Amino acid sequence: MIRGVLGRKLGMLQVFDAAGEVIPVTVIKVGPCVVTQIRTKDRDGYEAVQIGFEEVAPRKLTKPQQGHLQPAGLLVRQLREFPAENIADHKVGDILHVDLFQVGQRVDVVGTTKGRGFAGVVKRHGFRGGPATHGQSDRLRAPGSIGGGTAPSRVWKGQRMAGHMGNERVTIQNLEVIEVIPEKNVLLVRGAVPGPRNGLLHVKHAIKAKRGAK
Amino acid sequence: MALTILQELEQRQIKAEVPEFRVGDTVRVGVKVVEGTRERVQEFEGVVISRRSGAVNENFTVRRLATHGIGVERTFLVHAPRISSIKVIRQGKVRRAKLFYLRGLTGKAARIKERRD
Repeated sequence: MIRGVLGRKLGMLQVFDAAGEVIPVTVIKVGPCVVTQIRTKDRDGYEAVQIGFEEVAPRKLTKPQQGHLQPAGLLVRQLREFPAENIADHKVGDILHVDLFQVGQRVDVVGTTKGRGFAGVVKRHGFRGGPATHGQSDRLRAPGSIGGGTAPSRVWKGQRMAGHMGNERVTIQNLEVIEVIPEKNVLLVRGAVPGPRNGLLHVKHAIKAKRGAK
Repeated sequence: MALTILQELEQRQIKAEVPEFRVGDTVRVGVKVVEGTRERVQEFEGVVISRRSGAVNENFTVRRLATHGIGVERTFLVHAPRISSIKVIRQGKVRRAKLFYLRGLTGKAARIKERRD
């Protein structure tokens, strides 16, 4: 089977479990995804299943894109490839749904974090900043010393400084599937997931899931 | 559209009927507690000193004086399945939405007028 599919983050909620405990969950709209192409060892040098997500009007796509999607029979906006245990399980035009996942299993979710732009050291690395009083000026969110003087006479590699933060690909591993609602193509997963609401996500079977937990 | 699925999921968890009670009321809350394998209802009685809205997250805080005049406060989620009942024992007449000032008061000063209507 394919290792993952595409989805969109809808938002977060809290949900009561059977014991009445509150669980924080992220609601993810997963699929339906259509298989658009099969990558084979012979032709492409590797094996994968290419899938598309979110149907789109023909005018939104170029002619070459439309041609590529012709065999799948569905025009889609997003294309991604995922490895599969056995590519023979899938053929072009197949539709994949949330029922790929079961309650209780673990999933990895990949997303793009919210971009924070050029962030200072306090926001980016959690530095404490400087004192607000006692005659200080312009030190409130300053990084402090960045290293020795004459001794290395340079700044060490990896020194944490201000810079671009967010808008990067992040994977959250081993999130528990709390609920699967096939009628609405919705998946509820315990905990938070990277990115804003409506952000594109990859939802994959956890690679580090404990054996037997699946 | 995105919101509606979330709202639907939220609605599903909300209790159809929640007894009416206000800040200042004295209530008796039945809480289900699991002890080993047995489940029983534990009651907690006191004055409602705060109530916050927010769909599934709607909650209220009950304050009571335990032995030796030690104040005990518990916050409950209105829609939690563990809350089996909320009974209003006495309706209070108060002029504030949050009664946090009760924390500093004891005895006569901490009384609340009864509401009759």
